[in-house]
Amino acid sequence: MGSRFDGVAVRAEGLVKSFGSTRALNGVDLEIPTGQVLGLLGPNGAGKTTTVRILTTLLKPDSGSAMVAGHDAVADPDAVRRSIGLSGQYAAVDENLTGFENLYMVARLYGMSRSQSRARARELLERFRLTEDGDRPSKGYSGGMRRRLDLAGALVARPVVVVLDEPTTGLDPRGRMDTWEVISELVDDGTTVLLTTQYLEEADQLADAIVVIDKGKVIAGGTADELKNQVGGERLELIVADAADLRSTARVLAEVGSGEPSTDVHTRKADILVDTGPKALIEALRRLDAENILVSDVALHRPTLDDVFLALTGHAAEEDSTDTKGVAV
Amino acid sequence: MTAVTLAPPRGGFGNAIARTLRDGGVITWRNLMNVRRNPELLLSATLQPIMFVLLFAYVFGGSFGGGAYREFLMGGIFAQTVAFNSAFTTIGMANDLQKGVIDRFRSLPMSRMAVLLGRTTADLAVNSLGLVVMSLCGLIVGWRIRGSFTDAVLGFAVLLLFGFVMSWIGAFVGMLAGKVEVAQSAGFIWMFPVTFISSVFVVQTTLPGPLRTFAEWNPVTAVADSARSLFGNPPLPGFERPEGWVADNATLYAILCCIAIFAIFAPLAVAKYRKVASK
Repeated sequence: MGSRFDGVAVRAEGLVKSFGSTRALNGVDLEIPTGQVLGLLGPNGAGKTTTVRILTTLLKPDSGSAMVAGHDAVADPDAVRRSIGLSGQYAAVDENLTGFENLYMVARLYGMSRSQSRARARELLERFRLTEDGDRPSKGYSGGMRRRLDLAGALVARPVVVVLDEPTTGLDPRGRMDTWEVISELVDDGTTVLLTTQYLEEADQLADAIVVIDKGKVIAGGTADELKNQVGGERLELIVADAADLRSTARVLAEVGSGEPSTDVHTRKADILVDTGPKALIEALRRLDAENILVSDVALHRPTLDDVFLALTGHAAEEDSTDTKGVAV
Repeated sequence: MTAVTLAPPRGGFGNAIARTLRDGGVITWRNLMNVRRNPELLLSATLQPIMFVLLFAYVFGGSFGGGAYREFLMGGIFAQTVAFNSAFTTIGMANDLQKGVIDRFRSLPMSRMAVLLGRTTADLAVNSLGLVVMSLCGLIVGWRIRGSFTDAVLGFAVLLLFGFVMSWIGAFVGMLAGKVEVAQSAGFIWMFPVTFISSVFVVQTTLPGPLRTFAEWNPVTAVADSARSLFGNPPLPGFERPEGWVADNATLYAILCCIAIFAIFAPLAVAKYRKVASK
């Protein structure tokens, strides 16, 4: 199938889209080789969803081109629709229909016959571990089950390209692991996946390559490791027992880390980027101890999306900073 | 895994229509399943008109002419009820939009008209049920079908046709509203002047100047008067009879209005559907 579209399943060039006076996309380029997973990262409002909506024919770009599975999303949207599966961030499941009915409906709308549709719906329920609940209205499903059902809906027609728009936003850890497992299986089947996410960790787990967009532009691309190296090292975070010690703590951190330390009086927190990880942590604690500063909590974080943004753009990933928790070591 | 063969893309006008009907049927099924699982959705479609019948028949009816008014009233309330159908369509569309269901449909290789056709057809079915309930209610308060059987069938057909095309306005308004909370007021608010400044509850000749002209040309008036004449319900005694072409050809004018409404709002709704963005 690769030859059909030169081994590139998705290619967007110079996508521009404005809503009124706001420019949502300002020349986005991206390319996904067939069978690969591309993670599209960015804060809310960066243009992730707009990009997805253009590639899935929901929106027409003002300029630029989008080829999906060998078809032009603007000139031949129906051909693109036949080749893709979309799972959006809202889990577009009809909650009054059962799991089976939801999948049956989607299959029918892809143009399958009644018997084909029934068989495909049962098959997908089985694969997504929903067989037991398949005949219950999906209203009673957990968040994770709804996502699985929505994901199953995207796979009904065995699409060559699957687009997952923030598939794990709002899911609990168990639901997230579940979803990751399903996506990994997809990849094993050779499906091309475009995945948008706010979580670097998610892209890290699933994506072959990552594209970071901000303010409607691609600002970085590469593998997860390459991006993390651009950020450099880890983030050392300390909470001191007495807020009065924050100033001296910041001075010590500046000595062991790189860049400017930041402090917060309310949470008595001080943090800084460090290159040498655990070594810097030990050094910082030793010096703080020597100055008799009492530390009540300490953590070393892998770079978060916030750090990537800070490093790449000089500004934080605004609204969703609370969502992007790093991995504590 | 079973093999899946997707319907190959077939061109041609005939195939496009077949596909629209087929996809529209799937969406109709989906919407009716929604009603079946939430029977409370039927309450507003049935209880509300009953309330209107009883309120106007017995609260206002006494001052307006008792039994004769109740007989006159029913044709009007039928017209009002089917017109209000559009508000349910408005809320339904906004709900689908808000939940992201429309996005999923729009990403499928299905007919662009099917979601609208399915929604309006399902609402037509609900509307039919409302008409049955109302007719029974009318029989209880003394309304009767006094014309021929064919006329009566034509009378109900015009009512349902009107409800159906009003639904297309509702679908358009629902997509403009975008959110359920907005749709709940936007869907109803314009219905009040449109249904009250008409011959639904009063004889249009009693209205002052411009209101009278509006009422005379109001499609709701034509539908109400068409129902009255096809069901053989006499005009309210003691009032000036409406005159002019519209009054003399209420049924024809009602049907022409339906065609015009559909011709305007179906393309508007489809165009809006093509580019509507959720949120």
